[in-house]
Amino acid sequence: MDGMILSLILVVPLAGMVAILLLPDRGKLPAWIALLDSLLTFVCTLHLPAHFHNQQAGFQFEENLPWLSRPAIHFHVGVDGLSLWLVVLVGLLAPVGVVASWRAVQKNSKVFYAMYLLQQTAMVGVFVSLDLMLYYGFWELSLIPIAVLTAMFGRNLGDGAAGKAALRFFLYTFLASAPLLVALLWLYAHTGSFDYATLQAAVASGTLPGWQLGWVSVAFLIAFAVKVPVLGLHGWLPDLFSEAPVAIAMIAAGKLGLYSLIRFHVELFPALAHRAAPWMIALAAIGILYGAMLALVQKEFWKLLAYATIGSLSFCTLGIYGFTAAGMSGAVLQTVNEGVIGAALFLMFGVLYESARTSRMADFGGLARQTPRLATLFTIAGLALIGLPLLNGFVGEFLVLSGTFVGVSRSWAAIAALGVILSAAYMLGAIQKIFLADGGDQQNGQAGRVARDLTGMETVTVAVLAVLMLAIGVQPTVWTEAMESALQTVTHSMHAQGATPVRMESGTVIASSMGGRQ
Amino acid sequence: MTPDLFRILPEVILTLSGVLVMLADAALEPRADRRPLGWLAALGVTVALGASLWQGSLPAGTAFYGSVQTDAFSTFFHVLICGIVLAAILLSIDALPEGQHHRGEYFALMVFGAVGMCLLTSAVELLVVFIALEISSISTYVLAGYRKDTEKGPESAMKYFLLGSFATAFLLYGIAMIFGATGTTQIPEIATLLPAARSHTLVLLAFALMMVGVLFKVSAAPFHVWTPDVYEGAPTPVVALMSTAPKVAAFALLVRLLYGAFPLLHALWMPLLWIVAILSMTVGNLAALRQQNAKRMLAYSSIAHAGYLLAALAGSGTEPIAAIAFYTAAYAAMNVGIFGLMSLVAGTSERRSTIADYRGVLAESPLAGGLMLLFLISLIGIPFTGGFFAKFYSFSTAMQGGATWLALIGLLNSGIAAAYYLRFAMAVAQPKNGKTAPVGRWGVATVVAIFAAGGATLVLGIAPGWVLHAASTAAQSFASITGF
Repeated sequence: MDGMILSLILVVPLAGMVAILLLPDRGKLPAWIALLDSLLTFVCTLHLPAHFHNQQAGFQFEENLPWLSRPAIHFHVGVDGLSLWLVVLVGLLAPVGVVASWRAVQKNSKVFYAMYLLQQTAMVGVFVSLDLMLYYGFWELSLIPIAVLTAMFGRNLGDGAAGKAALRFFLYTFLASAPLLVALLWLYAHTGSFDYATLQAAVASGTLPGWQLGWVSVAFLIAFAVKVPVLGLHGWLPDLFSEAPVAIAMIAAGKLGLYSLIRFHVELFPALAHRAAPWMIALAAIGILYGAMLALVQKEFWKLLAYATIGSLSFCTLGIYGFTAAGMSGAVLQTVNEGVIGAALFLMFGVLYESARTSRMADFGGLARQTPRLATLFTIAGLALIGLPLLNGFVGEFLVLSGTFVGVSRSWAAIAALGVILSAAYMLGAIQKIFLADGGDQQNGQAGRVARDLTGMETVTVAVLAVLMLAIGVQPTVWTEAMESALQTVTHSMHAQGATPVRMESGTVIASSMGGRQ
Repeated sequence: MTPDLFRILPEVILTLSGVLVMLADAALEPRADRRPLGWLAALGVTVALGASLWQGSLPAGTAFYGSVQTDAFSTFFHVLICGIVLAAILLSIDALPEGQHHRGEYFALMVFGAVGMCLLTSAVELLVVFIALEISSISTYVLAGYRKDTEKGPESAMKYFLLGSFATAFLLYGIAMIFGATGTTQIPEIATLLPAARSHTLVLLAFALMMVGVLFKVSAAPFHVWTPDVYEGAPTPVVALMSTAPKVAAFALLVRLLYGAFPLLHALWMPLLWIVAILSMTVGNLAALRQQNAKRMLAYSSIAHAGYLLAALAGSGTEPIAAIAFYTAAYAAMNVGIFGLMSLVAGTSERRSTIADYRGVLAESPLAGGLMLLFLISLIGIPFTGGFFAKFYSFSTAMQGGATWLALIGLLNSGIAAAYYLRFAMAVAQPKNGKTAPVGRWGVATVVAIFAAGGATLVLGIAPGWVLHAASTAAQSFASITGF
């Protein structure tokens, strides 16, 4: 079972896709197949933490089959503490996305759910691939369903805004991954292998030509930074969040890029990533502040969520590039948190939008009485996002902040902490405007009256997510335990290659990157 | 000792079935359904395809006083060309308008075109090369103008004919000059006699003229200007044929000339083709970005694909030949597929022409729309499709030859290309607005052709092993015979 569980997780959604394509598009049939199939996938992913050996270093559940002999591409998959919870997260969010689309997707549901399940396979593939060409394959494949479904099921189809958002998302990520492919081909030309461990060893041995290797690592960094997105490369995100169907928007940002940054930038090129770190830290800290400040002035909740997401993703980036053990595990945990909280918020905003056909927060108001379940669960998720202690957001942010404060730089940590305070301001502001304020805007106050509460299925789904937020918040060690053994090996090998925690003050970004390591 | 006739067996079968189709056409009532003629032609091409495969089991060798040579290289391209022509015939059976004249001739011309293209890939005598090229070109000139009642049809055929004959004239002039310089028109002999050539200038001139001719046929920049006009005016199933099969044959000829006749000039043609490759991709992609007409857009994109293909020539050893062979196969599969679907979706009278006309196809017919997406994704070069591995092999070959910059420019170009393919794909995915014609009906022949193309695109993306093996066998057999 352990020997083929990852293949199973990859194949089950594909089988569901084929089933949907072959069966007729009648009523809710495709939706039911997608729901059952994604629940089955989720159960399969739960096999991983149940049989994972926390103390064992390296990859587990490995499968390695030759796919092509020349060029040597293998179907090589495996998980370690870093990817373990991310795979489970994909499994968990799959049924959540189906529930979120249950009412919104009425026409052409066959196409929607078939593409949606394809996306699940692609994302799991990204997290488990240990062959870089296989990884690249899944990485590119994951762009297609997002773009197609946004164009076909987006919100503003009439004026073409959805199509533009889809195009923009695709071009940003696809253009950035063109240099990545060149970099991969270059590595292959010099090592004759796409295997992760082989490449890691080759880079560490220092036999590859230096300055070109530097460009290779930059190509990797840019491809992932666009996908996260890191500040400055985030142009696709606000549009996509406003236009994409909920189930697609909740998976488009964050985890794929962040995971890739850790696995294929920091772990693969520790020394070179270390040199890029001061820049990334600066971008991340400013990104936290930027996201929070822009979220503060948004009038529409999709945009608010977009900028809030940029802020919390910047938190993860900050944790990764501090090169401290605490920051790194905080970053991974925060990636999972962001997935869980974001999914809950997206689902609930989706319900509001679908019933009221507006995303202007001022159009709502006083919903707390009318939609009690929605209000309660929304408040919990909102508080988790701003990092209230005992909820999951707190643990991740605390680990990142403390890691940064102790190991990296007090002033950058202070800037990041300022972002946390601002996030409380915009999130509480949103809760106030939507659920508490009296009667809403006088002219457009109708939205509040037509808004509906969560259905039974939606309530259960969001409640599960809320319980999870609490569970991670109260017992973080259960979740970080598996990560730590993996991250310790990472940090050890990084430190061995001279990539110690990045000590710097905010003014020294340029000086330190010019001078290499400090 | 293999009889000479065996070396041209596919061509013989194709010629006979072409003649048979014409005779049957004459024997039929004027008002009778011409569709069976299409099936007859398809049968003939299938037999020829089988004969080509059988030819692959023969020992490699030449025939007719060294003018034709069959080996794994010619077999690969024979099979590919027969496959394309077969698909194009099947697509035409359903797509040609009812009651149109000359349907019998149409199918016969497709088969005769196949004769020329097949012969082109096995000819090693420049005069046979020229005759083969003319056979294939004249058939396609006529086919391009098949819809003569439309405004663009005759223009398309006329342009193709004038520019095409001009290009063939260049080739012929080049052949004459190389004969003047070396005293032979046999490709292998040219390579051996080249160092003792009478005049170096004459050799260079001959080489340049021949390159112009061949690069015109593969529509590489700057010899590409005919492509969009011709594709726009020709019937879509014909575009499916002429955007692929003649180019496949021309690429085989290009390989034969570069590595078979002029390996000594390697240092000269390599940088030249670098430039042509970069120019083709960039010009093709930038022009395609601005097109509104779907066929014109794909025409410019085919120019860009010629550029990606030429990039492989920067590699060393036999790798470039294998990469080109593989690329032509993947390119043929996806282009036949997308044009086949466009022909199906637009219906017999081709009511859809702009990209916006294809809005709502996915919603209306998930099967047709989904397959269109598959082919467009493959043209973009997304993994798990043939288009990805094609680009992958081409650029990794270039990279192994040290041409990192070429690979980088190529891949950035494929990023630009993604923009217009995606615009098309998004139009297909978006819901309908306004009135567009309904998606055409699926006939048996169309289903077979499109599913074969779709299957090939997926197989080349997921399990390309055996095609790649065939391609590298072809390359090695080519190398061992020519001995470069």
